[in-house]
Formats: sequence, C-alpha cells, structure tokens
Amino acid sequence: MKKIMVCIKRVVDYNVRVRVKPDETGVMLEGVKMSVNPFDEIALEEALRIKERGTNAEVVAVSIGVADTQQQLRTALAMGADRAILVQTEQPVEPLTAAQTLLAVAKKESPDLILLGKQAIDDDANQTAQMLAALWDRPQATYVSKLAIDGAKATATREVDAGLETIEIDLPAVISVDLRLNEPRYVKLPDIMKAKKKPLDVIGLDSLGVAASTWLKPVKTAAPPQRQKGILVKDVAELVDVLKKKGLL
Amino acid sequence: MAKILIIGEHDGKTLNPSTHKCVTCATGIPGAEITVLLLGADTAAVAAQAAAIQGVNEVVRVDRPENAHPLAATFAPQVAAVASGYTHLFGPSTSFGKDLTPRVAALLGVPQVSDLMAVEGAHRFRRPIYAGNAILTVEADPARLLVATVRVASFAAAPTGGSAAIVSRTLNVALPTHTRYVGAHTGSTDRPDLQTAKRVVSGGRALASADNFKILFALADKIGAAVGASRAAVDAGYAPNELQVGQTGKIIAPEVYLAFGISGAIQHLTGIKDARTIVAVNKDPEAPIFEVADVGLVADLFQVVPEMTRLLGG
Ligand SMILES: Cc1cc2nc3c(=O)[nH]c(=O)nc-3n(C[C@H](O)[C@H](O)[C@H](O)COP(=O)(O)OP(=O)(O)OC[C@H]3O[C@@H](n4cnc5c(N)ncnc54)[C@H](O)[C@@H]3O)c2cc1C
Ligand SMILES: Cc1cc2nc3c(=O)[nH]c(=O)nc-3n(C[C@H](O)[C@H](O)[C@H](O)COP(=O)(O)OP(=O)(O)OC[C@H]3O[C@@H](n4cnc5c(N)ncnc54)[C@H](O)[C@@H]3O)c2cc1C
Repeated sequence: MKKIMVCIKRVVDYNVRVRVKPDETGVMLEGVKMSVNPFDEIALEEALRIKERGTNAEVVAVSIGVADTQQQLRTALAMGADRAILVQTEQPVEPLTAAQTLLAVAKKESPDLILLGKQAIDDDANQTAQMLAALWDRPQATYVSKLAIDGAKATATREVDAGLETIEIDLPAVISVDLRLNEPRYVKLPDIMKAKKKPLDVIGLDSLGVAASTWLKPVKTAAPPQRQKGILVKDVAELVDVLKKKGLL
Repeated sequence: MAKILIIGEHDGKTLNPSTHKCVTCATGIPGAEITVLLLGADTAAVAAQAAAIQGVNEVVRVDRPENAHPLAATFAPQVAAVASGYTHLFGPSTSFGKDLTPRVAALLGVPQVSDLMAVEGAHRFRRPIYAGNAILTVEADPARLLVATVRVASFAAAPTGGSAAIVSRTLNVALPTHTRYVGAHTGSTDRPDLQTAKRVVSGGRALASADNFKILFALADKIGAAVGASRAAVDAGYAPNELQVGQTGKIIAPEVYLAFGISGAIQHLTGIKDARTIVAVNKDPEAPIFEVADVGLVADLFQVVPEMTRLLGG
C-alpha cells in the first residue's frame, strides 16, 4: 500500500437547515457554513488509520470545486493528509463529470485505494464512487462499515438493506464509506498550523482534458410540501383510542 | 414511445417489491413499454413473478452461475449490454440498485438521475436534495439513454394479474473476477420488512440499551409492525444497522410510524416524510419531532410502551 487517494467534497454543513430561494432557482447558500462532507471525513480517517497501521502510505486528498474549497482541503491536511489537489471549477459538476475528473487524477497518481463518501449530503446522488470504479475498470465496495487490507486484497463489510454483506476485492479498488466505519479524529490547533505548510496544488478542470457534461438541467428547486400540525393527546389511553379511530391499530 | 428497462431485484426466490414500485414509476411515462431484466443463477421462479406484474410487457432472464450474488462489478457489464435499444433504464433506490445503477451509467457514458420521486414527462422528473429540504425538478437530455434510480417510498407497488412474455438471453460478456462474494449476515425475517411494512415502531437514543429495545419489539409484535431505529440508536449498538431510518438509512412510507424517544433531526425526518401518520412519544415537549407528528404524546416512553402493549393485549 503506497498511496491512498481520498475524495473530499465541500458541502453545506449538516447542521444548516437549508432553505429554498423564493424564485425557486436553487437553495440559499450565501453566508452559509460550508464543511467537508461528513462521509468524506470518515473516508479520510480510514485512510489515515491504514497509513498509521504501518503501511506508511501517502494520503492524497482530492477535491473538485470552487476556489474556496481550499478551506476544506486545509481541514483534510490538518486531519493528517500528506498533500492535496484542488481541481478548480466555478461550475457545479454532475457526478459523471466528477468521476471522470477523479479518474484523470487517479491515472496520474496511481493510488492503490480510492476512498470516497457513500453520498454527498447536499445532492445525495450516491453515484460518484460507483461511476469512478466503472471508468477505472476496478472493483468497488460501497457502503463499507468494516475494511481489512491484506496485501493486494481487501475484505469489505457493506451495509445493505438486509443487513451486512462481505466481499473480497483485488486492489487497486474504489471504496465508498458508510457512517459506522470509524469516528473521525478531532483536529488540534498545532495540526492546523502544520497543515498550512503542506502542499496544496490547484489545477484547472480543463487542464485534465475533462469536458464537463451538462446533460441534466435543473428546472426549479421547490420547498417540500409541509405536513399539517397535528394534535397532542394527554395519555396512552387517548393515544390508543385516536389510532384505533383512524383505523391504524 | 418509451422503451423502459427495469433492473429487477430478487433473492433467487422472491421478487423484491421494489421492482413493482419501479414498474409504477415507469407506467407514468407516456407510451411506456416495460421490460424487466433479471440476473441470477436461476431466475425461473422470480421471472414468473415479474411476468405477473401489470404493465410489464416482457421479462428478460440472464441466468449464469456467476450471477448467484448481485455484485455490481459482475452485473453492470451485463445490464449495459442489454440496455442498448432502450430509452430508459431504471433501478430501485435500494442498496442493490444504488450500488449497481451508477456503475452501468458510467459504462454507458451517461449521467444518472437518482431517487426519482415523481414523473413530470419522459425526461423530466422531481427528486429530493439536501435531505429532502428541497425538491429539484430536473430535465435530462432526451437524446441519451436516461438512467435513473426510483425512490421506492414514493410509489405504490404495481398490482399483479398480468402475463408478460418471458425470454432467456445468453450474453457474450466477459465478467471480471476481481470482486468475490464472501458471505452475508442478515437479521431475522419473521417480522415484517421495514421497507414495506404498513406499521413501524421505531426507537431512538432514549432507549439506552439493546435490552430496553426489546419493549419495542414486544409492541411491534403485538400490532404486526416492523421495527426501526434512529442513527443514534444504531451507532450505540442498541439496534442493528439494517433498522436505521433516515437520509443515510432507509426511506420508508408506512401507514403509521410510531417514534419513541427520537428527537426528530432532519436526517431522521427525511426517512419518514412519506409516512401517512406520524406518532411521536417524547418526554421533551420542545422536541422537533412534534413539528411533524400527527399525534403527539409528551411522556416517558418507558411508561408508555408497556402500557400500550398491555392495552392492545389479548
Ligand atoms: C441537476 C443538477 C443541478 C445541480 N445544481 C447545483 C448547484 O446549484 N450548486 C452546486 O454547487 N452544485 C450543483 N450540482 C452539483 C451537485 O451538487 C453535485 O456536486 C454533483 O451532482 C455530485 O453529486 P454528489 O456530490 O451528491 O455525489 P455523490 O455521488 O453523492 O458523492 C459521493 C462522494 O463522491 C465524492 N465527490 C463527489 N463530488 C466531489 C467533488 N466535487 N470533489 C471531490 N469528491 C467528490 C465525495 O467523496 C462524496 O462523498 C448540480 C448537479 C445536478 C445534476
Ligand atoms: C451525515 C449524517 C447522516 C445522518 N443520517 C441519519 C439517519 O439516516 N438517520 C438518523 O436517525 N439520524 C441520522 N443522523 C443523525 C441525526 O443528526 C441525529 O443525531 C439522530 O437522528 C439522533 O437520534 P435520536 O433522535 O435517537 O437521539 P437524540 O437526538 O439524542 O434524541 C433522543 C430523544 O429522546 C427523548 N427522550 C429521552 N428519554 C426519553 C424517555 N424516557 N421517554 C421519551 N423520550 C425520551 C429526548 O427528549 C430526545 O428528544 C445523521 C447525521 C449526519 C451528520
């Protein structure tokens, strides 16, 4: 295990209650707190643990995004990534474009493992890892909650609808991580200072020869239908009574 | 005319209801002609079930030993080979479909629309973003194959009673050997399935132990309900992962959802937005779950749950 690539997406912080713009052209993002996608923190933590377990693999954090995404990459460096690459673009990228871009980076870097989040909490697309694995023609293990590396192989336990599934894959491979894989470490102040000196390369999307596709056009973004306010009951007897009257019990 | 290929989900014996729901979504597209594709070691039984879904025109079986377990790396090139000639390719938004469909899309060089919740036209759909806090209407390029996953909680299962033709196909596709199935660990199945149950009893961090969770199972068994849990309860080990409801767990649409000791974080609410009736029991009157609950009770769950079970007894 020489090199691990971790994909980092800049997203609206998960504590922010996102609201739709009145003209329905999108959601209000001005002045909203942005963070590393929570799943990507888990991906990075896993990479760092593999490194610290003695492989001493180099951990490279990669993101595609606006210039300010450097902030999230600095967070990744502070957590412990060795270096970072920002593929800068001011346009939103579709997952297919993201996967094509990550593939172009992977071809330059030749990692043994690429770790991604299972989904980004803004667009919730849940596609990028699978697409990247297909384009790279390598195995994928999605929704991973346990990962063991053994030489040129990995054993991954996946969270699936029926419970847990275990698969064995040859490396290099693409892994998308689920919430229960690990608990990411906290960043300490000295690490933030150290991270300022770590290399962060910025390259343009066009320099990778990727043409961003715009096959999916957002027409409008609307607020979801609101539920009507319900009633409060005073005790269990009344609760059972109400539910029986509604024909629910 | 729209030629729609649906990737059927099954365990070799039973067709998953997610397939019936994909059919309902597909019938919303004008002029839909629907084919269900089944990959497996032996799909005879499930093909008969798929052929009986109303609205299905044809069932295509691809049986080979390598298809015994649904590995995305093995299935994707086969699905891609069948997909040419179709205008739409749908998979269910279950762990099976979410794993497989984007891999097929990438092989075909087309994007994917995830989690269709409503059909507005042959290439125009609505889907939730930001944990369901916004609904995006998206239009896809009609010149390309449209690949999508269908949010199963948004559609009713298509009824049976049809009789589609069943054809077997042999595909000349080389399959990778770099991905191997090892085994599965699945929960007990004598309770209704969380994703299709009419009633769901769900517990949060407040349950405080796996042992305490048993009071919910007792209530669930009394009313024939499935059991769900918040992420906090699953993370703490009170309930297994397959019970998690929410943005990153299961998205469900039962007739009634009973939430005990769940605060109502947005990531949890995403999973229950389509429940017909939400019942919340929480000892904190300010808990956000009460903003969405149809029926609320401010009380201690450790008193409420056993009493409910007793009142419903017999
Ligand atoms: C119709 C449409 C409208 C859009 N509108 C907007 C908009 O208004 N504003 C906007 O900002 N974006 C917009 N986007 C882009 C969108 O938010 C996502 O960036 C894109 O669709 C990728 O989806 P996802 O992040 O949900 O991918 P997922 O597949 O859910 O992401 C999984 C993982 O892939 C990796 N990954 C994904 N993207 C990146 C990245 N850029 N860099 C590094 N790693 C990454 C991460 O590890 C992530 O955890 C739009 C996209 C579409 C299709
Ligand atoms: C990226 C991301 C994804 C996530 N995905 C999900 C997801 O899919 N599903 C999910 O559920 N969460 C998810 N979460 C977590 C979510 O934000 C909340 O932390 C979680 O839902 C809280 O679970 P809870 O309501 O059980 O716990 P708490 O928020 O701790 O609430 C416990 C509640 O129990 C009440 N209570 C305590 N004792 C009693 C008693 N004796 N009787 C009655 N009431 C009592 C309290 O008043 C409180 O309201 C996600 C978070 C992130 C960051």
